[in-house]
Amino acid sequence: MRAKYVLTEVFVGLWRNVTMTIAMIITMAVSLTMLGASLMLYLQVGDMKDWYYDKVQVSVFLTSDISDQQRADLKTRLETDPAVQKVFWESKEQAYERFKQQFRDLPDLVKSIGPDSLPESFRVTLKDPNQSTAFKTALEKAAGLDTTATTDDGTAASPSADPSASPSGGTGTTTATTAAGDTKPIAGIKQVVDQKKLLEKIFSIIGSVQSMALIVSVAMGIAALLLVANTIQVAAYSKRREVAVMKLVGASNWFIQAPFVLEAVFAALLGSVLAFLALVAGKVFLMDGSLSDLNQILTPLSWGRVLLMLPIIALIGGLISSITGWVTLRAYIKK
Amino acid sequence: MIRLEHVTKTYPKASRPSLDDVSVSIEKGEFVFFIGPSGSGKSSIIKLLLHEMAPNRGKVVVNNKDVTSIRGWSISKFRRTIGCVFQDFRLLPNRTAYENVAFALEVIGKSKAVARRVVPEVLELVGLGGKEHRYPHELSGGEQQRVAVARAFVNRPLILLADEPTGNLDPDTSIEIMRLLDRINRTGTTVVMVTHDSNIVNQMRRRVIEIEGGRIVRDQARGVYG
Repeated sequence: MRAKYVLTEVFVGLWRNVTMTIAMIITMAVSLTMLGASLMLYLQVGDMKDWYYDKVQVSVFLTSDISDQQRADLKTRLETDPAVQKVFWESKEQAYERFKQQFRDLPDLVKSIGPDSLPESFRVTLKDPNQSTAFKTALEKAAGLDTTATTDDGTAASPSADPSASPSGGTGTTTATTAAGDTKPIAGIKQVVDQKKLLEKIFSIIGSVQSMALIVSVAMGIAALLLVANTIQVAAYSKRREVAVMKLVGASNWFIQAPFVLEAVFAALLGSVLAFLALVAGKVFLMDGSLSDLNQILTPLSWGRVLLMLPIIALIGGLISSITGWVTLRAYIKK
Repeated sequence: MIRLEHVTKTYPKASRPSLDDVSVSIEKGEFVFFIGPSGSGKSSIIKLLLHEMAPNRGKVVVNNKDVTSIRGWSISKFRRTIGCVFQDFRLLPNRTAYENVAFALEVIGKSKAVARRVVPEVLELVGLGGKEHRYPHELSGGEQQRVAVARAFVNRPLILLADEPTGNLDPDTSIEIMRLLDRINRTGTTVVMVTHDSNIVNQMRRRVIEIEGGRIVRDQARGVYG
Protein backbone atom coordinates (compact mmCIF):
# COMPACT_ATOMS: atom_id res chain seq x y z
CA MET A 1 0.00 0.00 0.00
CA ARG A 2 2.72 2.45 0.97
CA ALA A 3 4.85 1.35 -1.96
CA LYS A 4 1.91 2.05 -4.23
CA TYR A 5 1.47 5.48 -2.68
CA VAL A 6 5.15 6.31 -3.14
CA LEU A 7 5.20 5.09 -6.75
CA THR A 8 2.10 7.08 -7.64
CA GLU A 9 3.69 10.17 -6.13
CA VAL A 10 6.86 9.57 -8.14
CA PHE A 11 5.11 9.42 -11.50
CA VAL A 12 2.72 12.25 -10.74
CA GLY A 13 5.71 14.33 -9.66
CA LEU A 14 7.73 13.52 -12.77
CA TRP A 15 4.81 14.31 -15.01
CA ARG A 16 4.03 17.60 -13.24
CA ASN A 17 7.47 19.01 -14.07
CA VAL A 18 7.84 17.19 -17.33
CA THR A 19 10.13 19.79 -18.97
CA MET A 20 12.39 19.81 -15.95
CA THR A 21 12.34 16.04 -15.88
CA ILE A 22 13.38 15.85 -19.52
CA ALA A 23 16.15 18.40 -18.95
CA MET A 24 17.34 16.37 -15.97
CA ILE A 25 17.31 13.12 -17.96
CA ILE A 26 19.18 14.66 -20.90
CA THR A 27 21.85 16.27 -18.74
CA MET A 28 22.26 13.03 -16.85
CA ALA A 29 22.48 11.08 -20.09
CA VAL A 30 25.10 13.38 -21.61
CA SER A 31 27.29 13.53 -18.52
CA LEU A 32 27.07 9.79 -17.98
CA THR A 33 27.91 9.15 -21.65
CA MET A 34 31.00 11.30 -21.26
CA LEU A 35 31.87 9.55 -18.04
CA GLY A 36 31.34 6.10 -19.54
CA ALA A 37 33.33 6.99 -22.64
CA SER A 38 36.25 8.37 -20.69
CA LEU A 39 36.18 5.37 -18.38
CA MET A 40 36.27 3.00 -21.35
CA LEU A 41 39.05 5.07 -22.91
CA TYR A 42 40.94 4.80 -19.66
CA LEU A 43 40.61 1.01 -19.50
CA GLN A 44 41.35 0.71 -23.19
CA VAL A 45 44.49 2.79 -22.98
CA GLY A 46 45.62 0.67 -20.06
CA ASP A 47 45.23 -2.42 -22.21
CA MET A 48 47.04 -0.78 -25.09
CA LYS A 49 49.92 0.24 -22.88
CA ASP A 50 50.32 -3.31 -21.63
CA TRP A 51 50.09 -4.70 -25.13
CA TYR A 52 52.49 -2.25 -26.76
CA TYR A 53 55.01 -1.97 -23.97
CA ASP A 54 55.28 -5.73 -23.95
CA LYS A 55 56.37 -5.61 -27.56
CA VAL A 56 58.82 -2.77 -27.26
CA GLN A 57 61.97 -3.44 -29.25
CA VAL A 58 65.22 -1.60 -29.51
CA SER A 59 66.22 -1.04 -33.12
CA VAL A 60 69.91 -0.98 -33.79
CA PHE A 61 70.47 0.62 -37.19
CA LEU A 62 73.72 -0.26 -38.85
CA THR A 63 76.01 1.88 -40.90
CA SER A 64 76.00 1.22 -44.64
CA ASP A 65 79.72 0.36 -44.69
CA ILE A 66 79.55 -2.34 -42.06
CA SER A 67 81.58 -5.44 -42.86
CA ASP A 68 80.23 -8.96 -42.58
CA GLN A 69 82.66 -9.66 -39.75
CA GLN A 70 81.50 -6.63 -37.80
CA ARG A 71 77.89 -7.61 -38.32
CA ALA A 72 78.51 -11.11 -37.06
CA ASP A 73 80.42 -9.80 -34.04
CA LEU A 74 77.66 -7.42 -33.18
CA LYS A 75 75.04 -10.15 -33.55
CA THR A 76 76.96 -12.42 -31.21
CA ARG A 77 77.40 -9.64 -28.70
CA LEU A 78 73.71 -8.83 -28.70
CA GLU A 79 72.69 -12.47 -28.49
CA THR A 80 74.99 -13.20 -25.58
CA ASP A 81 73.80 -10.19 -23.62
CA PRO A 82 71.86 -11.46 -20.55
CA ALA A 83 69.19 -8.75 -20.95
CA VAL A 84 68.36 -9.81 -24.48
CA GLN A 85 65.69 -12.34 -25.30
CA LYS A 86 65.78 -12.37 -29.07
CA VAL A 87 67.63 -10.68 -31.90
CA PHE A 88 66.15 -10.35 -35.35
CA TRP A 89 68.12 -9.16 -38.30
CA GLU A 90 66.34 -7.07 -40.92
CA SER A 91 68.17 -6.68 -44.23
CA LYS A 92 67.93 -3.66 -46.49
CA GLU A 93 65.60 -5.59 -48.79
CA GLN A 94 63.31 -6.59 -45.93
CA ALA A 95 63.27 -3.02 -44.66
CA TYR A 96 62.33 -1.82 -48.13
CA GLU A 97 59.52 -4.39 -48.44
CA ARG A 98 58.14 -3.37 -45.08
CA PHE A 99 58.36 0.29 -46.02
CA LYS A 100 56.49 -0.32 -49.26
CA GLN A 101 53.82 -2.21 -47.36
CA GLN A 102 53.45 0.48 -44.72
CA PHE A 103 53.21 3.38 -47.16
CA ARG A 104 51.34 1.65 -49.99
CA ASP A 105 48.85 4.50 -49.93
CA LEU A 106 51.61 6.96 -50.77
CA PRO A 107 53.15 5.66 -54.01
CA ASP A 108 55.09 8.88 -54.60
CA LEU A 109 56.89 8.44 -51.34
CA VAL A 110 57.65 4.80 -52.12
CA LYS A 111 59.00 5.74 -55.55
CA SER A 112 61.33 8.33 -54.07
CA ILE A 113 63.00 5.73 -51.88
CA GLY A 114 65.25 3.19 -53.50
CA PRO A 115 65.78 -0.35 -52.17
CA ASP A 116 69.23 0.72 -51.03
CA SER A 117 68.38 3.84 -49.07
CA LEU A 118 66.99 2.12 -45.99
CA PRO A 119 69.48 0.88 -43.40
CA GLU A 120 69.68 -2.69 -42.26
CA SER A 121 69.05 -3.22 -38.55
CA PHE A 122 68.93 -5.57 -35.61
CA ARG A 123 65.58 -5.69 -33.82
CA VAL A 124 66.34 -6.54 -30.25
CA THR A 125 63.60 -7.90 -28.00
CA LEU A 126 64.47 -7.56 -24.35
CA LYS A 127 63.57 -9.92 -21.54
CA ASP A 128 62.23 -6.96 -19.59
CA PRO A 129 60.83 -4.38 -22.02
CA ASN A 130 60.94 -1.73 -19.28
CA GLN A 131 64.72 -1.83 -19.44
CA SER A 132 64.77 -0.63 -23.05
CA THR A 133 65.92 2.91 -22.26
CA ALA A 134 68.79 1.69 -20.12
CA PHE A 135 69.75 -0.83 -22.75
CA LYS A 136 69.78 1.77 -25.47
CA THR A 137 71.93 4.13 -23.40
CA ALA A 138 74.39 1.40 -22.56
CA LEU A 139 74.63 0.23 -26.12
CA GLU A 140 75.19 3.72 -27.42
CA LYS A 141 77.94 4.23 -24.90
CA ALA A 142 79.57 0.96 -25.86
CA ALA A 143 79.37 1.92 -29.50
CA GLY A 144 80.97 5.25 -28.77
CA LEU A 145 77.96 7.21 -29.94
CA ASP A 146 77.46 10.52 -28.21
CA THR A 147 74.12 10.08 -26.44
CA THR A 148 73.68 13.78 -25.77
CA ALA A 149 73.74 14.44 -29.50
CA THR A 150 70.80 12.16 -30.31
CA THR A 151 67.72 14.30 -30.53
CA ASP A 152 65.10 11.81 -29.45
CA ASP A 153 66.66 11.16 -26.08
CA GLY A 154 67.05 14.02 -23.66
CA THR A 155 67.17 11.99 -20.47
CA ALA A 156 70.27 9.91 -20.76
CA ALA A 157 73.49 11.81 -20.76
CA SER A 158 76.61 9.74 -20.18
CA PRO A 159 76.45 8.40 -16.61
CA SER A 160 79.91 9.56 -15.64
CA ALA A 161 79.12 13.17 -16.51
CA ASP A 162 75.77 13.10 -14.80
CA PRO A 163 75.94 12.56 -11.03
CA SER A 164 72.13 12.22 -10.79
CA ALA A 165 72.04 9.22 -13.08
CA SER A 166 69.01 7.09 -12.31
CA PRO A 167 69.31 3.58 -10.84
CA SER A 168 68.08 2.08 -14.09
CA GLY A 169 70.94 3.91 -15.77
CA GLY A 170 73.18 2.09 -13.31
CA THR A 171 71.90 -1.33 -14.26
CA GLY A 172 72.22 -0.24 -17.84
CA THR A 173 75.89 0.41 -17.35
CA THR A 174 76.34 -3.08 -16.00
CA THR A 175 74.54 -4.48 -19.00
CA ALA A 176 76.79 -2.40 -21.20
CA THR A 177 79.92 -3.86 -19.75
CA THR A 178 78.61 -7.36 -20.33
CA ALA A 179 77.46 -6.40 -23.80
CA ALA A 180 80.67 -4.76 -24.76
CA GLY A 181 82.88 -7.31 -23.11
CA ASP A 182 85.94 -5.13 -23.52
CA THR A 183 86.62 -1.43 -23.77
CA LYS A 184 86.96 -1.40 -27.54
CA PRO A 185 83.95 0.41 -29.07
CA ILE A 186 81.56 -1.69 -31.07
CA ALA A 187 81.80 -0.80 -34.71
CA GLY A 188 79.07 -0.45 -37.29
CA ILE A 189 76.22 1.04 -35.26
CA LYS A 190 74.68 4.14 -36.77
CA GLN A 191 71.78 4.76 -34.42
CA VAL A 192 69.92 3.05 -31.61
CA VAL A 193 66.18 3.72 -31.41
CA ASP A 194 64.11 2.90 -28.37
CA GLN A 195 60.48 2.35 -29.44
CA LYS A 196 59.32 3.03 -25.91
CA LYS A 197 60.19 6.69 -26.34
CA LEU A 198 57.89 6.94 -29.36
CA LEU A 199 55.11 5.12 -27.53
CA GLU A 200 55.43 7.43 -24.56
CA LYS A 201 54.84 10.42 -26.81
CA ILE A 202 51.72 8.82 -28.25
CA PHE A 203 50.40 7.80 -24.88
CA SER A 204 50.96 11.24 -23.43
CA ILE A 205 48.73 12.65 -26.20
CA ILE A 206 46.09 10.01 -25.49
CA GLY A 207 46.46 10.80 -21.81
CA SER A 208 45.61 14.45 -22.34
CA VAL A 209 42.57 13.47 -24.43
CA GLN A 210 41.60 11.23 -21.54
CA SER A 211 41.88 13.97 -18.95
CA MET A 212 39.92 16.35 -21.17
CA ALA A 213 37.09 13.83 -21.46
CA LEU A 214 37.19 13.35 -17.72
CA ILE A 215 37.08 17.11 -17.04
CA VAL A 216 34.14 17.53 -19.41
CA SER A 217 32.28 14.67 -17.78
CA VAL A 218 32.90 16.12 -14.31
CA ALA A 219 31.67 19.54 -15.46
CA MET A 220 28.57 17.94 -16.98
CA GLY A 221 28.15 15.95 -13.80
CA ILE A 222 28.11 19.16 -11.75
CA ALA A 223 25.52 20.64 -14.12
CA ALA A 224 23.41 17.50 -13.75
CA LEU A 225 23.77 17.66 -9.99
CA LEU A 226 22.62 21.29 -9.84
CA LEU A 227 19.73 20.49 -12.13
CA VAL A 228 18.67 17.64 -9.88
CA ALA A 229 18.85 19.93 -6.86
CA ASN A 230 16.78 22.56 -8.66
CA THR A 231 14.18 20.13 -9.99
CA ILE A 232 13.69 18.63 -6.57
CA GLN A 233 13.26 22.04 -4.99
CA VAL A 234 10.64 22.95 -7.58
CA ALA A 235 8.88 19.65 -6.95
CA ALA A 236 9.03 20.17 -3.19
CA TYR A 237 7.69 23.70 -3.59
CA SER A 238 4.79 22.54 -5.71
CA LYS A 239 3.95 20.03 -3.01
CA ARG A 240 4.62 22.29 -0.03
CA ARG A 241 1.04 21.96 1.32
CA GLU A 242 1.26 18.19 1.34
CA VAL A 243 4.70 18.37 2.93
CA ALA A 244 3.45 20.75 5.63
CA VAL A 245 0.50 18.49 6.43
CA MET A 246 2.70 15.40 6.43
CA LYS A 247 5.05 17.00 8.93
CA LEU A 248 2.09 18.08 11.02
CA VAL A 249 0.57 14.64 11.35
CA GLY A 250 3.95 13.03 12.01
CA ALA A 251 4.95 11.41 8.73
CA SER A 252 8.56 10.31 8.93
CA ASN A 253 11.18 12.24 7.01
CA TRP A 254 11.81 9.12 5.00
CA PHE A 255 8.19 9.00 3.94
CA ILE A 256 8.16 12.67 2.97
CA GLN A 257 11.44 12.56 1.08
CA ALA A 258 11.24 9.18 -0.62
CA PRO A 259 8.96 10.21 -3.51
CA PHE A 260 11.15 13.20 -4.38
CA VAL A 261 14.37 11.25 -4.14
CA LEU A 262 12.92 8.40 -6.17
CA GLU A 263 11.88 10.89 -8.84
CA ALA A 264 15.48 11.99 -9.15
CA VAL A 265 16.77 8.41 -9.08
CA PHE A 266 14.27 7.37 -11.73
CA ALA A 267 15.39 10.22 -13.98
CA ALA A 268 19.02 9.29 -13.36
CA LEU A 269 18.42 5.65 -14.23
CA LEU A 270 16.61 6.63 -17.40
CA GLY A 271 19.52 8.95 -18.18
CA SER A 272 22.02 6.17 -17.62
CA VAL A 273 20.11 3.81 -19.92
CA LEU A 274 20.19 6.52 -22.61
CA ALA A 275 23.89 7.00 -21.95
CA PHE A 276 24.45 3.27 -22.28
CA LEU A 277 22.58 3.25 -25.60
CA ALA A 278 24.80 6.11 -26.75
CA LEU A 279 27.88 4.10 -25.81
CA VAL A 280 26.52 1.07 -27.68
CA ALA A 281 25.86 3.29 -30.70
CA GLY A 282 29.39 4.64 -30.33
CA LYS A 283 30.81 1.13 -30.48
CA VAL A 284 28.65 0.05 -33.41
CA PHE A 285 29.01 3.16 -35.55
CA LEU A 286 32.42 4.49 -34.54
CA MET A 287 34.65 1.70 -33.26
CA ASP A 288 33.21 -1.04 -35.50
CA GLY A 289 32.13 1.39 -38.22
CA SER A 290 33.98 4.41 -39.49
CA LEU A 291 36.99 3.99 -37.20
CA SER A 292 37.35 0.24 -37.76
CA ASP A 293 40.58 0.82 -39.73
CA LEU A 294 42.14 1.94 -36.48
CA ASN A 295 41.67 -1.53 -35.04
CA GLN A 296 45.19 -2.37 -36.15
CA ILE A 297 46.48 0.34 -33.83
CA LEU A 298 43.86 0.31 -31.10
CA THR A 299 43.15 -2.84 -29.20
CA PRO A 300 39.57 -3.80 -30.07
CA LEU A 301 36.82 -2.66 -27.70
CA SER A 302 34.98 -5.69 -26.36
CA TRP A 303 31.22 -5.87 -25.81
CA GLY A 304 31.87 -7.02 -22.28
CA ARG A 305 33.52 -3.73 -21.53
CA VAL A 306 30.63 -1.74 -23.02
CA LEU A 307 28.16 -3.82 -21.01
CA LEU A 308 30.21 -3.24 -17.88
CA MET A 309 29.50 0.48 -18.26
CA LEU A 310 25.75 0.07 -17.71
CA PRO A 311 25.89 -0.91 -14.02
CA ILE A 312 28.72 1.55 -13.40
CA ILE A 313 27.02 4.62 -14.85
CA ALA A 314 23.63 3.59 -13.45
CA LEU A 315 25.18 3.28 -10.03
CA ILE A 316 27.03 6.59 -10.28
CA GLY A 317 23.99 8.40 -11.69
CA GLY A 318 21.66 6.90 -9.12
CA LEU A 319 23.99 7.65 -6.23
CA ILE A 320 24.66 11.23 -7.30
CA SER A 321 21.00 12.07 -7.76
CA SER A 322 19.79 10.32 -4.62
CA ILE A 323 22.43 11.94 -2.43
CA THR A 324 21.81 15.35 -4.02
CA GLY A 325 18.07 14.87 -3.65
CA TRP A 326 18.32 13.81 -0.05
CA VAL A 327 20.63 16.65 0.95
CA THR A 328 18.57 19.25 -0.93
CA LEU A 329 15.36 18.06 0.69
CA ARG A 330 16.80 17.95 4.17
CA ALA A 331 17.72 21.60 3.81
CA TYR A 332 14.37 22.39 2.21
CA ILE A 333 12.13 20.51 4.63
CA LYS A 334 13.88 21.84 7.72
CA LYS A 335 12.68 25.37 6.83
CA MET B 1 1.08 16.21 30.75
CA ILE B 2 2.64 19.45 29.55
CA ARG B 3 5.31 21.33 31.48
CA LEU B 4 7.36 24.36 30.55
CA GLU B 5 10.26 24.98 32.91
CA HIS B 6 11.89 28.42 32.79
CA VAL B 7 11.57 28.51 29.04
CA THR B 8 13.20 31.41 27.21
CA LYS B 9 12.98 31.76 23.45
CA THR B 10 14.59 34.59 21.54
CA TYR B 11 14.24 34.64 17.77
CA PRO B 12 17.40 35.46 15.87
CA LYS B 13 17.75 39.22 15.36
CA ALA B 14 14.92 39.97 17.83
CA SER B 15 15.77 42.58 20.44
CA ARG B 16 13.77 40.99 23.25
CA PRO B 17 12.75 37.38 23.91
CA SER B 18 9.30 36.29 22.75
CA LEU B 19 9.11 33.99 25.77
CA ASP B 20 10.96 35.09 28.88
CA ASP B 21 11.48 32.56 31.67
CA VAL B 22 8.02 31.01 31.29
CA SER B 23 7.04 28.16 33.62
CA VAL B 24 3.65 26.51 33.36
CA SER B 25 2.17 23.09 34.04
CA ILE B 26 -0.91 21.58 32.37
CA GLU B 27 -2.51 18.39 33.64
CA LYS B 28 -4.01 15.57 31.62
CA GLY B 29 -7.55 16.31 30.44
CA GLU B 30 -7.34 20.04 31.04
CA PHE B 31 -8.71 22.67 28.63
CA VAL B 32 -6.43 25.67 28.60
CA PHE B 33 -6.62 29.02 26.81
CA PHE B 34 -3.50 31.01 26.09
CA ILE B 35 -4.53 34.60 25.50
CA GLY B 36 -2.72 37.84 24.92
CA PRO B 37 -2.14 40.51 22.29
CA SER B 38 -0.47 39.74 18.95
CA GLY B 39 3.23 39.18 19.33
CA SER B 40 2.92 38.36 23.02
CA GLY B 41 4.53 34.97 22.43
CA LYS B 42 1.51 32.68 22.68
CA SER B 43 2.01 31.12 19.25
CA SER B 44 5.63 30.41 20.17
CA ILE B 45 4.30 28.03 22.82
CA ILE B 46 2.56 25.92 20.14
CA LYS B 47 5.76 25.79 18.09
CA LEU B 48 7.75 24.71 21.11
CA LEU B 49 5.25 22.00 21.99
CA LEU B 50 5.38 20.66 18.41
CA HIS B 51 9.17 20.75 18.38
CA GLU B 52 9.09 23.05 15.39
CA MET B 53 11.69 25.05 17.26
CA ALA B 54 13.77 24.63 20.38
CA PRO B 55 13.98 27.00 23.34
CA ASN B 56 17.20 28.89 24.01
CA ARG B 57 16.94 28.00 27.69
CA GLY B 58 14.70 25.86 29.81
CA LYS B 59 12.87 22.60 29.33
CA VAL B 60 9.72 21.60 27.47
CA VAL B 61 8.17 18.36 28.71
CA VAL B 62 5.26 16.70 26.90
CA ASN B 63 3.92 13.26 27.89
CA ASN B 64 6.83 12.97 30.33
CA LYS B 65 9.26 13.39 27.45
CA ASP B 66 11.82 16.16 27.25
CA VAL B 67 10.88 17.55 23.85
CA THR B 68 14.17 19.37 23.35
CA SER B 69 16.07 16.08 23.48
CA ILE B 70 13.99 14.35 20.78
CA ARG B 71 15.97 13.83 17.62
CA GLY B 72 15.43 12.80 14.03
CA TRP B 73 13.09 9.89 13.48
CA SER B 74 11.54 10.26 16.95
CA ILE B 75 10.25 13.76 16.18
CA SER B 76 7.73 12.40 13.70
CA LYS B 77 6.68 9.67 16.13
CA PHE B 78 6.30 12.26 18.86
CA ARG B 79 4.09 14.43 16.63
CA ARG B 80 1.69 11.53 16.14
CA THR B 81 0.69 11.92 19.78
CA ILE B 82 -0.34 15.53 19.19
CA GLY B 83 -3.21 16.78 17.04
CA CYS B 84 -3.07 20.23 15.56
CA VAL B 85 -5.61 22.72 14.25
CA PHE B 86 -4.81 26.09 12.72
CA GLN B 87 -6.56 29.31 11.79
CA ASP B 88 -6.07 28.60 8.06
CA PHE B 89 -7.33 24.96 8.23
CA ARG B 90 -4.36 23.65 6.16
CA LEU B 91 -6.40 21.17 4.14
CA LEU B 92 -5.20 19.73 0.85
CA PRO B 93 -7.37 21.41 -1.82
CA ASN B 94 -7.25 18.51 -4.29
CA ARG B 95 -8.52 15.95 -1.79
CA THR B 96 -12.01 15.39 -0.43
CA ALA B 97 -12.90 15.65 3.24
CA TYR B 98 -12.55 11.89 3.55
CA GLU B 99 -9.21 11.86 1.74
CA ASN B 100 -7.84 14.71 3.82
CA VAL B 101 -8.54 12.81 7.02
CA ALA B 102 -7.37 9.50 5.52
CA PHE B 103 -4.14 11.19 4.37
CA ALA B 104 -3.16 11.67 8.01
CA LEU B 105 -3.48 7.93 8.53
CA GLU B 106 -1.89 7.01 5.23
CA VAL B 107 1.33 8.95 5.75
CA ILE B 108 1.94 7.36 9.13
CA GLY B 109 1.61 3.92 7.59
CA LYS B 110 -1.92 2.88 8.50
CA SER B 111 -3.64 0.62 6.01
CA LYS B 112 -6.60 1.60 3.81
CA ALA B 113 -8.76 -0.82 5.78
CA VAL B 114 -8.07 1.10 8.99
CA ALA B 115 -8.93 4.35 7.22
CA ARG B 116 -12.22 2.91 5.90
CA ARG B 117 -13.20 2.00 9.44
CA VAL B 118 -11.99 5.06 11.35
CA VAL B 119 -12.47 8.03 9.00
CA PRO B 120 -16.29 7.87 8.62
CA GLU B 121 -16.54 7.51 12.38
CA VAL B 122 -14.53 10.62 13.12
CA LEU B 123 -16.26 12.62 10.37
CA GLU B 124 -19.57 11.66 11.96
CA LEU B 125 -18.20 12.81 15.32
CA VAL B 126 -17.36 16.29 13.99
CA GLY B 127 -20.78 16.52 12.35
CA LEU B 128 -19.80 16.06 8.72
CA GLY B 129 -21.70 12.83 8.10
CA GLY B 130 -22.83 12.82 4.47
CA LYS B 131 -20.26 15.37 3.32
CA GLU B 132 -17.30 12.99 3.14
CA HIS B 133 -16.79 13.38 -0.59
CA ARG B 134 -16.90 17.15 -0.82
CA TYR B 135 -13.74 19.05 -1.68
CA PRO B 136 -12.61 21.84 0.66
CA HIS B 137 -13.82 24.56 -1.74
CA GLU B 138 -17.29 23.00 -1.62
CA LEU B 139 -17.41 23.35 2.17
CA SER B 140 -18.00 26.41 4.36
CA GLY B 141 -15.24 27.75 6.60
CA GLY B 142 -16.74 26.09 9.64
CA GLU B 143 -17.05 22.79 7.83
CA GLN B 144 -13.45 23.03 6.63
CA GLN B 145 -12.33 23.57 10.20
CA ARG B 146 -14.33 20.51 11.22
CA VAL B 147 -12.41 18.49 8.65
CA ALA B 148 -9.19 19.85 10.15
CA VAL B 149 -10.35 18.89 13.65
CA ALA B 150 -11.28 15.43 12.38
CA ARG B 151 -7.82 15.06 10.85
CA ALA B 152 -6.17 16.20 14.08
CA PHE B 153 -8.28 13.81 16.15
CA VAL B 154 -8.28 10.74 13.92
CA ASN B 155 -5.10 9.35 15.51
CA ARG B 156 -6.64 9.80 18.97
CA PRO B 157 -3.87 12.08 20.17
CA LEU B 158 -3.29 12.73 23.84
CA ILE B 159 -3.06 16.45 23.20
CA LEU B 160 -4.89 18.72 20.79
CA LEU B 161 -3.20 22.04 20.02
CA ALA B 162 -5.37 24.71 18.44
CA ASP B 163 -3.77 27.91 17.16
CA GLU B 164 -6.56 30.49 16.76
CA PRO B 165 -8.95 27.89 15.33
CA THR B 166 -11.82 30.37 15.20
CA GLY B 167 -9.80 33.25 13.77
CA ASN B 168 -11.37 32.96 10.32
CA LEU B 169 -14.89 32.08 11.40
CA ASP B 170 -18.00 34.07 12.28
CA PRO B 171 -19.16 34.03 15.95
CA ASP B 172 -21.89 31.40 15.50
CA THR B 173 -19.61 29.02 13.63
CA SER B 174 -16.89 29.68 16.18
CA ILE B 175 -19.17 28.52 18.95
CA GLU B 176 -19.92 25.31 17.04
CA ILE B 177 -16.22 24.62 16.70
CA MET B 178 -15.75 25.29 20.41
CA ARG B 179 -18.51 22.81 21.24
CA LEU B 180 -16.64 20.29 19.12
CA LEU B 181 -13.35 20.95 20.92
CA ASP B 182 -15.19 20.69 24.22
CA ARG B 183 -16.55 17.28 23.21
CA ILE B 184 -13.08 16.13 22.27
CA ASN B 185 -11.81 17.41 25.61
CA ARG B 186 -14.45 15.34 27.38
CA THR B 187 -13.00 12.18 25.82
CA GLY B 188 -9.92 12.84 27.95
CA THR B 189 -7.85 14.71 25.40
CA THR B 190 -5.89 17.65 26.74
CA VAL B 191 -6.77 20.76 24.69
CA VAL B 192 -4.45 23.76 24.48
CA MET B 193 -5.92 26.66 22.53
CA VAL B 194 -4.30 29.94 21.61
CA THR B 195 -6.82 32.69 20.91
CA HIS B 196 -7.71 36.33 21.28
CA ASP B 197 -11.44 35.73 20.86
CA SER B 198 -12.79 37.20 24.12
CA ASN B 199 -16.37 35.96 23.58
CA ILE B 200 -15.29 32.37 23.41
CA VAL B 201 -13.02 32.57 26.42
CA ASN B 202 -15.73 34.21 28.45
CA GLN B 203 -18.34 31.63 27.47
CA MET B 204 -16.20 28.56 28.08
CA ARG B 205 -15.02 29.55 31.57
CA ARG B 206 -11.93 27.36 31.46
CA ARG B 207 -8.37 27.86 32.64
CA VAL B 208 -6.92 31.03 31.15
CA ILE B 209 -3.22 31.84 30.93
CA GLU B 210 -2.51 35.39 29.80
CA ILE B 211 0.83 36.23 28.25
CA GLU B 212 2.19 39.70 27.70
CA GLY B 213 5.66 40.64 26.52
CA GLY B 214 6.76 37.03 26.76
CA ARG B 215 5.77 36.61 30.41
CA ILE B 216 2.79 34.99 32.11
CA VAL B 217 0.81 37.79 33.73
CA ARG B 218 -2.24 35.78 34.77
CA ASP B 219 -3.08 32.09 35.30
CA GLN B 220 -6.65 31.59 36.40
CA ALA B 221 -8.86 28.50 36.63
CA ARG B 222 -12.34 29.13 35.15
CA GLY B 223 -11.13 32.54 33.96
CA VAL B 224 -12.47 35.18 31.63
CA TYR B 225 -10.75 37.21 28.91
CA GLY B 226 -10.52 40.14 31.32
